[in-house]
Amino acid sequence: MKLFKFLLSLIAVIAVFYALNNKFGDVPPLGHFLSPQTGFWQNEESDLPAETLSIEGLLDEVKVYYDDDLIPHVFAQNDADLYTAQGYITAQHRLWQMEFQTHAAAGRLSEIIGEKALNFDRTQRRKGMVYGAEQALAKMAQDPETMSLIDAYTNGVNNYINSLNPSKYPVEYKLLDYKPELWTPTKTALLLMYMTDMLAARDYDLEFTNTLRKFGKQNFDFLFPDFFDVNDPIIPKERDWSDINPVKVEVPFSELPKDAIANTFEKPDPNNGSNNWAVSAAKSVSGNPILANDPHLSLNIPSIWYVMQLATSERNTYGATLPGALGIVIGFNNDIAWGATNATRDVKDWYKITFKDSTRQSYLHDNQWKQVTYRTEIIKQRNADSYIDSVAYTHHGPVSYDSSFNTNNELVGYAMQWTAHIGGNNQRTLLELNKSKNYNDYKEAIKHFVAPAQNFAFVSREGDIALWIQGQFPNKWEGQGKFLMDGSNPEHDWQGFIPQEHNAHILNPERGFISSANQHPVDKSYPYYVFNDGYEAYRNRIINDFLRSKEKFDIEDFKNLQNNNFSLKASEALPTMLNYIDPNKLSAEQKRIFDEISNWNYLNNTNEVGTSIFETWFSKLYELMWDEFDSEAQALKKPFTYQTIYILNNYPDHEFMDIVDTPQKETAKELVHQSFIETVNTITDWQNKNGSYNWERYKATYVGHLLQGLPAFSRFNLPIGGNGDNVNATKKNHGPSWKMIVEMSNPPKAFGIYPGGQSGNPGSKYYDNLIDDWAAGNYRKIIFMQFPNEPEQPMNSQTLKPKN
Amino acid sequence: MKSIHKNFIATLILGLLFSFFLPWWNVMVAAFVAGILFPLKKWLAFFTPFLAIFILWSFQTSIISASNDFILAKKIAQLLYVNNTILLIILTGIIGGLAAGLAGVYGKQFLNILKNQPQ
Repeated sequence: MKLFKFLLSLIAVIAVFYALNNKFGDVPPLGHFLSPQTGFWQNEESDLPAETLSIEGLLDEVKVYYDDDLIPHVFAQNDADLYTAQGYITAQHRLWQMEFQTHAAAGRLSEIIGEKALNFDRTQRRKGMVYGAEQALAKMAQDPETMSLIDAYTNGVNNYINSLNPSKYPVEYKLLDYKPELWTPTKTALLLMYMTDMLAARDYDLEFTNTLRKFGKQNFDFLFPDFFDVNDPIIPKERDWSDINPVKVEVPFSELPKDAIANTFEKPDPNNGSNNWAVSAAKSVSGNPILANDPHLSLNIPSIWYVMQLATSERNTYGATLPGALGIVIGFNNDIAWGATNATRDVKDWYKITFKDSTRQSYLHDNQWKQVTYRTEIIKQRNADSYIDSVAYTHHGPVSYDSSFNTNNELVGYAMQWTAHIGGNNQRTLLELNKSKNYNDYKEAIKHFVAPAQNFAFVSREGDIALWIQGQFPNKWEGQGKFLMDGSNPEHDWQGFIPQEHNAHILNPERGFISSANQHPVDKSYPYYVFNDGYEAYRNRIINDFLRSKEKFDIEDFKNLQNNNFSLKASEALPTMLNYIDPNKLSAEQKRIFDEISNWNYLNNTNEVGTSIFETWFSKLYELMWDEFDSEAQALKKPFTYQTIYILNNYPDHEFMDIVDTPQKETAKELVHQSFIETVNTITDWQNKNGSYNWERYKATYVGHLLQGLPAFSRFNLPIGGNGDNVNATKKNHGPSWKMIVEMSNPPKAFGIYPGGQSGNPGSKYYDNLIDDWAAGNYRKIIFMQFPNEPEQPMNSQTLKPKN
Repeated sequence: MKSIHKNFIATLILGLLFSFFLPWWNVMVAAFVAGILFPLKKWLAFFTPFLAIFILWSFQTSIISASNDFILAKKIAQLLYVNNTILLIILTGIIGGLAAGLAGVYGKQFLNILKNQPQ
């Protein structure tokens, strides 16, 4: 009996130990997770910085002041210490995010969350993400100065990781039950690759190929013109290109392959974009140039940005950093300010690869069989054996799609050629921009930037304003890379790159302002081939019209413009749509909604119901118009919004208006009517379920936690207007991720805000403390301390000391 | 002092002490040792260490969390579907108490087996 009781109690003890010490599904190991000493309770704290810290590898003392928003103002005595401190301090607030983003870039999420991430990880590997990061690191390693600073940053991050007691691991580690690993320079390269993939991975080559085959060339050119009928390009039309003597490439006489595959990689969010603009001294009320920037990205928390001031006696820079990369990415110093928007450009092309046989060891190119190299991708999986994927590489790049992924023909593959695989020293651009003092410094700094190409807006205290569209761009023959190309034909290879100094740019334009909002970079006069694969068509015109509307501007004007909710898109589509509706034929309920939308002012403000009706209506109309594209058998690309509205307004009887599934022949009038009736149903259903359908509630903007939007760590139903085509480009889960305005007074006067908080810890009051002000359209006045002054107001200060 | 008091206090003190160098299962070790030193009868062998650790963990976590306005506790309560910080603190106490209680019972049974060995 005693033995029985003994064994029973032993089994019970082992069982409870096992149950509480291990993770089951999404349930964390509850013993660990709830323990007061090691569990999440240890993260229940609001980031009070320690007064002194000793850090290995520091040469001198570094002083850090934390302001009321926990923004660190870092004062170091040399560059190496500055970036060691940046690494340490960033990790202190954002360690989990830094590692998670680089794990995601590297296709290593299966290690953390198991099999369900395998497809994501394979996709990352097949896109050549790690390969691209390795190329970038190799390029950076050729530059000893950059590399030594990356090493300093790495050392800073690792000092923090090594100082960390497991009980203080960020709560996400505890939830998912894993440990941080040490930082490496490769991770910095992976982070930059993560950004490149977010911003420069959009292409529709395979979809366009299918679309061309299905609808023919005439229709394709009608639906996807190289230029829309309106174009207010980034580089003003007045720009005379006679200073550029272009390197010409001839269009080859050859056939493009007609086939392409059914399923393609998921595209980055088409809304990833940004605004920036600046006015010259002459166009500024104060006589100082003013610059504004707001990059539009997924609204995530911890935020993609971490704000810092980084100063030594030689430079003093403030702005938004990317956790994992060195220096300020978007910001200002005493002499210059700069901002970046995404310079969307077709920098990713696809080649059809013909393998010699099913062993896929060689492929046809230039009438020869050339050797394939294989890259072995080992994907570790939590609680399962590693998955091993061999990815073939040709001289174009990785064969992303072949019979082991998304196709079933053993002799054919599709290889990607992407500027992200070239490798570039983007880090050097950031480091040099941080200390630039004038236009020439800026011009030199941006040269190293390869991908993702950016529209770098620039102003200086000296009074220059400029904008360079910087990236490494293949010099394409007309039409090259719009569709799948023949990987065996050397004439289809990229024939070189546009010389850097020929990249489109403008210095001190006569109109007195520069701006970019992801629209077409140039007009037809630019002597290199650029086609429209999805340029933004609305925000840029609102911004430029505004900047042309007055003689002089001030910071208040800039704030109002960043918060502007006007929908130019609606103003161009809605009059036609309303015209096609006969109010006399509507039911009472339909009439009520019709009156609401008829009286709408095109403003996407929180209290407007018109926006909710219009957006619902337009998206239903869009689906009806392009029903010809609904195909499961092949990936097709529906026309862009601008062209859709253009066709609606100008070609109401076009054959695409017909609904294929019905016997009768529809025109725009029927589509508009039908989609309106459906809209009324959708809206009234919504109203019955949820109450008022004003735009704030209908849109329901949220900022989602980086880990699959974990609701407990996210913020929902934010009271903010705007939409993707507004200058205030706030959508449901996408929008201005860092709003900055800088006036180049002495010292500069600046404002900034972002939808998040400095701390990545959901337990910190600094986790989301900026979100409400961001949603309200408010700004924080930036505290830009001069070197080596003491702060004007009391701040928490911290001293980082060299460890002996 | 009765054994029940001794066991209770020993579990509390050892739990506190072991927590400085052992992971979460320090409470199991504490209850196990207390169960050997101060064996209790029947259900008391379970409930005494259960109560000791329930009180220790819920008290400690209340103090920690209150000092930060329960910011994280509110979120974790939502995450674990208990939706209430008080319930989360009680859940924490129960988890720690359960582990300690079973370890306490095992301590006593372990002692019994030892005593049973022929000399």
